Amino acid sequence: MSEKEGSGTFKRYKHDFKPPQRKDGKGGAVDSSSPVILAFKSFQHELDARHDKYERIVKYSRDITTESKRTIFLLHRVISEPNKDDVLAEAKKKLDGVREKMKQVAQELVDEDVYQYHRAITSGLQEYVEAVTFQHFITHRALLSLDDINRQLIFENNRNCRQNINIASNNEDQTKQNILSLQISHVDYLLGVADLTGELMRLCIGSVGNGDIDTPFELTQFLREIFDGFAYIGNTGPYEISRKLYTLKQSLGKVENACYMLKVRGSEIPKHMLADLFVSKSELLEHDDGMS
Amino acid sequence: MSVVEMFAQLQSGLSADQDIREEIRKVVQTLEQTAREILILLQGVHQEAGFKNIPAKCLKAREHFSTVRTQLTELATKFPSDQYYRFHDQWRFVLQRLVFQAAFLVFLESEQLVTREAVSEMLGIECDREKGFHLDIEDYLSGVLNLASELSRLAVNSVTAGDYTRPLRIATFINELDFGFRLLNLKNDSLRKRYDGLKYDVKKIEEVVYDLSIRGLNKAQITATSET
Repeated sequence: MSEKEGSGTFKRYKHDFKPPQRKDGKGGAVDSSSPVILAFKSFQHELDARHDKYERIVKYSRDITTESKRTIFLLHRVISEPNKDDVLAEAKKKLDGVREKMKQVAQELVDEDVYQYHRAITSGLQEYVEAVTFQHFITHRALLSLDDINRQLIFENNRNCRQNINIASNNEDQTKQNILSLQISHVDYLLGVADLTGELMRLCIGSVGNGDIDTPFELTQFLREIFDGFAYIGNTGPYEISRKLYTLKQSLGKVENACYMLKVRGSEIPKHMLADLFVSKSELLEHDDGMS
Repeated sequence: MSVVEMFAQLQSGLSADQDIREEIRKVVQTLEQTAREILILLQGVHQEAGFKNIPAKCLKAREHFSTVRTQLTELATKFPSDQYYRFHDQWRFVLQRLVFQAAFLVFLESEQLVTREAVSEMLGIECDREKGFHLDIEDYLSGVLNLASELSRLAVNSVTAGDYTRPLRIATFINELDFGFRLLNLKNDSLRKRYDGLKYDVKKIEEVVYDLSIRGLNKAQITATSET
């Protein structure tokens, strides 16, 4: 019956001409117990369930993103300040919170194909990679590997429902079933690390402001290594990676220029004025980037 | 582990992925070839001569589906079975087209809507995700929507070929389909876009039915067939 609304707007006059004919035509169609309608009802349930799950994961992903971003801002405050340990402890607490959220995502994805919902969670995962590698760099001055990140994302499952994650073989193994995991893919990791370089650039500029002369050189060395790494990957990865590579090159240019400035002018200018010099220089650089 | 070593490891992972994609693409190409052959066969029913030997054409098309089955089995071996959705985009289009062709075939034979289970069986794949290479529900629905636009064309052409009863049956069928799709809460994605086209197919078929009935053509046909 409801079909009439749709077609009726197009051909209202048809009702006037042949109402009985149309009724005959519809008799079978509106029968709500026909196999076709029953099939579509089950499709409705299936699609709704899928969309609901997708939306839930998107929400988690947003939470993960904002919380990771906050952690990064927090970590920017750490530089050479006396409260370093406090800030790091707080960052760790925040990241634990993020991981708790990721555990919930993992719980949503139990018995599901991870890649089916990958688009919902990918931005959150990248932001998390950025935050956690940044934290690791600040404490250890090294790049956190993908394996190490993934190792932190294996959770004990305290719910007693049926679980099997990624590995089909732990169907039989009762103890293994209590493990949840959310594994980050190569591509998400690389994109996260590419974002990390932007943070390192900011950190470098910031550290000059604090009169810290050594950190910029360390950072430049580290950024160069990462840049070499990305150059090694080249265009084997997806399109997004090559796009980020361009930004990475810009960041590296800024940092290298910063070191250059420090080397050349550092001995001439009193330490407390370095920052001023440097800020004006970096603004100039940004201006150049906009032009090209 | 040094940064360079880490990136070397990641790179080997990425190129392994690329190899898998390459393999998949090769099989998908052969699938597309078969799908084209089936399409050419089934397109024959729109010609005047084609209406007379629909069953023969259907039989021939069914033979091609056995090729499809072996090709899809091969495709399933090209990637880890738990990563279906990782590479889904690569065969999505051809699978939708095959669903449409299977549905069209079944409609020509029995004038029924092919069930999801039946299509999966015709294609030699699973219906449930858990069991392996399967038919995604959205792909099935897309294929069915393609059927609707094909049927609106068939309705027009069957009138030209002098078959005045077929459009009525198609109208009943497509109305039921339309009613079914109204039950779904679609997101704003490609499936929704295609569903939006369904109303034009419904409209077209209703116009054909209307044209026939004001001229009494469908009734004439009914009495003619009941006499013979």
